[in-house]
Amino acid sequence: MSDRSLLSIDDLDVAGIREIVELSDAFEEVLRRPIPKVPALRGRTVANVFFEDSTRTRLSFEIAAKRLSADTVNFTASGSSLSKGESLFDTIRTLHAMGVDAFVVRHRAPGAARRVDGWVDTPVINAGDGAHEHPTQALLDLVTVHRRRGDVEGLRCVMVGDIEHSRVARSTIGAFTMMGMHVSVAAPATLLPTGIDDWPVDVVEDLDTALEKADVVYMLRMQKERIARDPVLPSLREYVARYGLTAERARRLPPEVVLMHPGPMNRGVEIAPEATEHPGAAIEEQVRNGVTVRMAVLYLALGGMP
Amino acid sequence: MTRIALRGGRVWTGAGTEVADIVVADGSVVAVGPAAAAGSGTDDLDASGCLVLPGFVDLHVHLRVPGGEDAEDVWTGSAAAAAGGFCDIVAIGNTQPPYDTASVVRTVRAEAEAAGLVRVHPAGCVTRGRNGKDLAELHELHRAGCRVFTDDGTPVADAAIMRRALEYVKGFDGVVADHCEERSLTDGAQMHEGRVSGRLGLQGWPAAAEEIIVARDIVLAEHTGSRVHLQHLSTAGSVEMVRQAKARGVRVTAEVTPHHLTLTDDLVEGFDPVFKVNPPIRGEEHVLAVRTGLADGTIDAVATDHAPHTAEVKEEWTDAACGMLGLETAASLVWNLVADGTITLDRMVHAMCTNPARIASLPVRDAITPGVTADLCVFDPEATWEVDAVGLRSKATNSPYAGMTLTGRVRHTLLDGRPTLRDGEIAAPVPPVGGSRAW
Repeated sequence: MSDRSLLSIDDLDVAGIREIVELSDAFEEVLRRPIPKVPALRGRTVANVFFEDSTRTRLSFEIAAKRLSADTVNFTASGSSLSKGESLFDTIRTLHAMGVDAFVVRHRAPGAARRVDGWVDTPVINAGDGAHEHPTQALLDLVTVHRRRGDVEGLRCVMVGDIEHSRVARSTIGAFTMMGMHVSVAAPATLLPTGIDDWPVDVVEDLDTALEKADVVYMLRMQKERIARDPVLPSLREYVARYGLTAERARRLPPEVVLMHPGPMNRGVEIAPEATEHPGAAIEEQVRNGVTVRMAVLYLALGGMP
Repeated sequence: MTRIALRGGRVWTGAGTEVADIVVADGSVVAVGPAAAAGSGTDDLDASGCLVLPGFVDLHVHLRVPGGEDAEDVWTGSAAAAAGGFCDIVAIGNTQPPYDTASVVRTVRAEAEAAGLVRVHPAGCVTRGRNGKDLAELHELHRAGCRVFTDDGTPVADAAIMRRALEYVKGFDGVVADHCEERSLTDGAQMHEGRVSGRLGLQGWPAAAEEIIVARDIVLAEHTGSRVHLQHLSTAGSVEMVRQAKARGVRVTAEVTPHHLTLTDDLVEGFDPVFKVNPPIRGEEHVLAVRTGLADGTIDAVATDHAPHTAEVKEEWTDAACGMLGLETAASLVWNLVADGTITLDRMVHAMCTNPARIASLPVRDAITPGVTADLCVFDPEATWEVDAVGLRSKATNSPYAGMTLTGRVRHTLLDGRPTLRDGEIAAPVPPVGGSRAW
């Protein structure tokens, strides 16, 4: 276990989040240089251990590590590790024995990164553990709002869609509310987690009413495959009508709104192609900010270590 | 045969305890009373400060034999039972092969007799290969010694099969024991559905999934007039339905595990798979309800659902197998409920001895008086001990109580007048080569 690990957004307090936001701003300046690279983590090795397919997040961490001059190794295996006769414990201990300085872990199972953290003394960064948490996503979301709107305190965010199965929701709601934002969630009851009334959010049924007061509109990915397994929705068509950010809904949003999506987008489902052209759309900025935020997180996890 | 004297214990009289000595000879209690063991020539066991209770009966043990011997075998499982104060255990047949033929049942019984530390009563399967479709040869299993029939964690989903099973075993007073789970509601479930599951992003196992089958089984027992036994009750709604059914005379009995009496779902927050079990550990309101149910007699028995698993299948929560060790910690945990006033000692004796024996059609041992079989548990209510998972007799180490300090511990266990546990040590014959911890 390492006290430099980042497993949950709750591992951070307001000061810790501010530090990451400021560092991220500093690294944004690095990215604009002709040679966008600093030697901060030269000689350190970061292992990206991905038990679930996620090219975007893995590349983002890899670029972040390389901008800091760290060496990176990638381990990718999808599906159940046990079903393949592969032990998560053995995989991690093997990489640990090779001399890795930090683990970036993505796994389809909630709590996997926390388990890994219990097995090694090096920092572990949670890059998404099932429907549980995705803390670097939360931090890049916060940085994105901050860069668009300055002080985030008091801003109103409407988060729309599948809260129940979303690690982004669990982490980003935590980060936004910790920094003083108000969050409402809009979703059919079948996509809300048990105990949502204990969360620091308002639950709204009608999206259009909620959008009227929103400073930030956060659309979550709707997994089309889910409907086949579990009848959470009668049809995607009905979902889009009730909760999709259609072109028509996007037209009613003011230009200063911050329109976000964690990617990858289902264009035409939760978000219409036209909506991504809205001046408020910050989806590519989120991706870019993901690099600087992950640079900040890796720097804090590994910087200054012997 | 040597006469054994248990000196200075508080002996269960059927209604309370009295300080008395006990003399045991030829497998039976021959004398009980103050200074009954005066004189010499006896093998003395110190029972001072201890409760002397009838040996415990566990309705729900996964002995893992045959096919799961990497997690537990007859020797280690029997030793764990003896260390826990048990004289009889009902072994559940979710094994490879399952207990769906008389020959498998006879083999398990024979192996357990060779170990000689506890009487093992295999529970027959309800359906062949636990397939939920074709009734196993239930009378043949009965002739091989089965009195309890269960398909364990793959409960009989089809109400018509359940009805026929209940009717068929009625003729020979068998009982169908059901793991109550409506599986269409628990597909992919990882923990109790509640605030904690919502926060952790783990798929929930709703209380309703248990209660739906509890309701069905009660209705079918009422309809057929047969006995049904409900395993490891875990929800407030289940307890209330059983309470009402008993009030109107339905032949329903129920058990609860020590873990559902003591652990809550917030323990899942650390994602340690040692807490993963089916049915899952639930919210506090459910824990309080099963405690009340045990206290008022709605729940008849405490059964451990002792479920050893190797470390390899307890690595990471989502992939991990369900189940936890229970035999060696049960008495302490139930005693703690007596000590804090939740239940009476009378309820403890009934829940751990007389009621499970009655449910499994075993000889019922209650008051310790001259003439009764000397199946005894000598329990020191003052002893404190830290649970060391590796030090437990089970081959596996998946105890959720590891590292915790418990109060009360079994000091001696007598089976048919012979010590199987003596001063906390297994009084065992040497296991044959290949047995015990040879894995």
